[in-house]
Amino acid sequence: MRRGGLGGAALAAVALSALSGCAQKPPPRAPAIPINEDPYPSTYVRYPGVPTVIRNATLFDGEGGRFNGGTVILADGVVQAVGGAELTAPVGAVEIDGTGKYVTPGIIDVHSHLGDYPSPGTESHSDGNEATSPSRPEVWAEHSVWPHDPGFSRALANGGVTALQILPGSANLFGGRSVTVKNVYARTVQGMKFPGAPYGLKMACGENPKRVYGSKGNMPQTRMGNIAVTRATWIKAQAYKRKWDAYGRKGGDMPERDLAMDTLRAVLAGKILVHNHCYRADEMAIMIDLAKEMGYKIGTFHHAVESYKVADLLAANGICSAMWADWYGFKMESYDAITENIAFVHNSGACAIVHSDDPNGIQRLNQEAAKALADGRRARIAISDEVAWTWLSANPAKALGVFDKTGSLKPGKMADVVLWNANPFSVYARPERVWIDGALMYDANDPKRRPVSDFELGQPGEGDTK
Amino acid sequence: MIRAALLVLLLGAAVPAAAQTIAITGGTVATGDGSEPIAGTVVIRNGRIAAAGPMVAIPAGATVVDATGKWVTPGIVAGFSRLGLSEVDLSGEGSDDTEAGNGPFSAAIDVAPAINPLASTIAVNRADGVTRAIVAPSAAKSIFAGQGAIIDTGADMDPITAARRFQFVELGETGASKAGGSRASAHVLFRNALREAAELRRYAVPIASGGAGEPDESDRPVVRDPNESRILGSAARRSEDVLLTRFDAAALVPVLQGRQYLLVHAERASDILQVIRLKREFPLLKLVLVGASEGWTVADRIASAGIPVIASAVNDLPASFEQLAATQSNVGRMGAAGVKVSIGTIDDNDTRNLFAQRQYAGNLVALRNVPGATGVSWGEALAMITSRPAEAVGMGREIGSLLPGRRGDVVIWSGDPLEGASAAEAVFIDGVRQPLETHQTRLRDRYRYLPRRDLPEAYRQ
Repeated sequence: MRRGGLGGAALAAVALSALSGCAQKPPPRAPAIPINEDPYPSTYVRYPGVPTVIRNATLFDGEGGRFNGGTVILADGVVQAVGGAELTAPVGAVEIDGTGKYVTPGIIDVHSHLGDYPSPGTESHSDGNEATSPSRPEVWAEHSVWPHDPGFSRALANGGVTALQILPGSANLFGGRSVTVKNVYARTVQGMKFPGAPYGLKMACGENPKRVYGSKGNMPQTRMGNIAVTRATWIKAQAYKRKWDAYGRKGGDMPERDLAMDTLRAVLAGKILVHNHCYRADEMAIMIDLAKEMGYKIGTFHHAVESYKVADLLAANGICSAMWADWYGFKMESYDAITENIAFVHNSGACAIVHSDDPNGIQRLNQEAAKALADGRRARIAISDEVAWTWLSANPAKALGVFDKTGSLKPGKMADVVLWNANPFSVYARPERVWIDGALMYDANDPKRRPVSDFELGQPGEGDTK
Repeated sequence: MIRAALLVLLLGAAVPAAAQTIAITGGTVATGDGSEPIAGTVVIRNGRIAAAGPMVAIPAGATVVDATGKWVTPGIVAGFSRLGLSEVDLSGEGSDDTEAGNGPFSAAIDVAPAINPLASTIAVNRADGVTRAIVAPSAAKSIFAGQGAIIDTGADMDPITAARRFQFVELGETGASKAGGSRASAHVLFRNALREAAELRRYAVPIASGGAGEPDESDRPVVRDPNESRILGSAARRSEDVLLTRFDAAALVPVLQGRQYLLVHAERASDILQVIRLKREFPLLKLVLVGASEGWTVADRIASAGIPVIASAVNDLPASFEQLAATQSNVGRMGAAGVKVSIGTIDDNDTRNLFAQRQYAGNLVALRNVPGATGVSWGEALAMITSRPAEAVGMGREIGSLLPGRRGDVVIWSGDPLEGASAAEAVFIDGVRQPLETHQTRLRDRYRYLPRRDLPEAYRQ
């Protein structure tokens, strides 16, 4: 007590002197200066379109709805109306007879390396993996994207792809930021960037990071090493976020910026969506717990060949799976791939996406969905064509955080639309016309509506049907 | 039960099964020779096709398989593959025999002893209707990859249909890289290798005198094993300035004599023309072009040289500088110019996704409705994944179609086989009905329903 009393007196003296110090009015803390979170902003501007009406087509609205003999009206860059024959067209609209044809929302590929692993695939073009450290959240895929990759045109004309996410590779546990683009050629990557799309963070589980760094004698060399490095990185990010959040509230001296931590902080704040390359079910379960431990949410598991083993867990956690129809066995972590994976994930109530990861596969995502759908039906899972189309447009749009803007044919959404010359779940179907934001960007009947990349000018086969 | 059935198949039920007479009735039958499908019956007797067509009678005592509403075709022939050589491609140590980067041999390599008929890749492709495959080794240190085989995908321990059927050589970008960095070097290496083979040739068995027309497979089924030839004996003297081992040089003797096919991978138009020119220097070569992404630009010259092409069906990207003119119309345009074209999976998941060929073939049909593109008819598209690849390596009288006398490789499909959505429902190889179970179907059945039960998933068999 006595000591306590003394201590109390001493403390009171200190408090007095502090108060008097306060009275001297030191300069106030400087308010926090906001960091520019969009330093490479989209300069994409939609190209002009004409009001267009497609009638008598079979129409999948992208949210599971179907109209036989349907009508869709596009004007001012957006979908105006979707319905039956009763819809009246705006004056002067171009009328297209869709008899025997199909209309769908444009396909969105949630996993592409067009632009960062472009054609031709020379070493000079190899810009997808900053494989110099297992943790490279500071790199941004958009800084690697070559906007003249000939692959964009194939994805458009043969694949009906209207938007795509370009990701860094999977050599690293933290591969860097992704970028979502409209499939419209531009002189710069900014000119392709999807306006308002959030960034993604590419993460990776499994074989690739441990092989790349283990072979150099560095950590991680094992799966447990993968997890340890991932956790340690998030712990740093949490500390960084606390520091910056305090600065944001109180101002004062700006903390030192760290590009890697900026990205992870934005993930912890829910501003950047997580795209986690993860093949095996057991590793997905670990990553789900890791995300909870560290306070972030996994949006989508990519290459999720074993999602069918934990489809219930994925449904409960609201995590999408981006999958191939039938790739298997090319590495150990893909050994247990099954062709019913997509249908099983869908059937469990989880979000299923068909993805490509491939400049050829991106041209046939509709055919990949058709195979997955057929395999699901043979396993006695009843899925209609129009519901299966959610794997190609709506679900990837959700995974990319742009479903409020595109991914289905709802009034007011971007007019990203494909007119197919037959049922797109048939191998014999091809896009006849593709609109992006209501502008006709591909027309099979008009060679002038077939983009030719800079690279292909003056080359053999320039302007050919590809 | 199913595994027991598989065991019976493996352990020797094959012979009595092959002796059965099977009649597949009521289906839509496509012969695989380029003709369009028609309603008909297929009869398999003693492991071979006895008849196929609309007016075929069902033999007495035949086992009748009702294929009403189904499609019936010859089994798919993987036009160019590495099937059976690799269980896992990346970091699957010990399971990948596609190439021997640290071995001393090149042209002498023979894939036949490396084929594992129980590889999961063979089962997966069998279950999707692939019954035969042209299997090539991958080039490792030399432009010469070695000798490839024709295999079947049957669930038995005898996968080899024809061993050492061809030699495979790289004469494009890959060839340049294997030759030290340039195409010029690759061509010198090629000529030097054949010179070294020529030196040994005089010790080899003479070429059989040519009869009229194509030799029958049963007369000249495969090249005699060059490794057993006199050309390896001490009497066969060689110059001192040789680059090839004796085994490698000896392996090229049958190539030089035209007793073994030479499959040449080239994509660029100018590389293709160089391959055609080889015929002038080495007139006996039995050349087959592999790849040929720019073939359409020189299609008339390939056609007049009479060299068959095993092409990538849907390459349409300038993926490398040797494929700048790539287009999906390549196959159709070459075919229209008179080139004998078939489809392979060249460096395209070639160890495992051979089933993709039928979807690729369907894409070529789809091109007929794309203005400015050149597609192929349905019947020709099917032929490109059945009879045409067989013909390219001189096996057209054995496999690849439902013409009488061919081996009894027949698939019953749920629908149009060129639709990826269709499935193989019954597969016969040499007249033997095959199991369609795979590692994948077993996993599918184990995980079809996830709710917890009395025992873990590992007990669900």
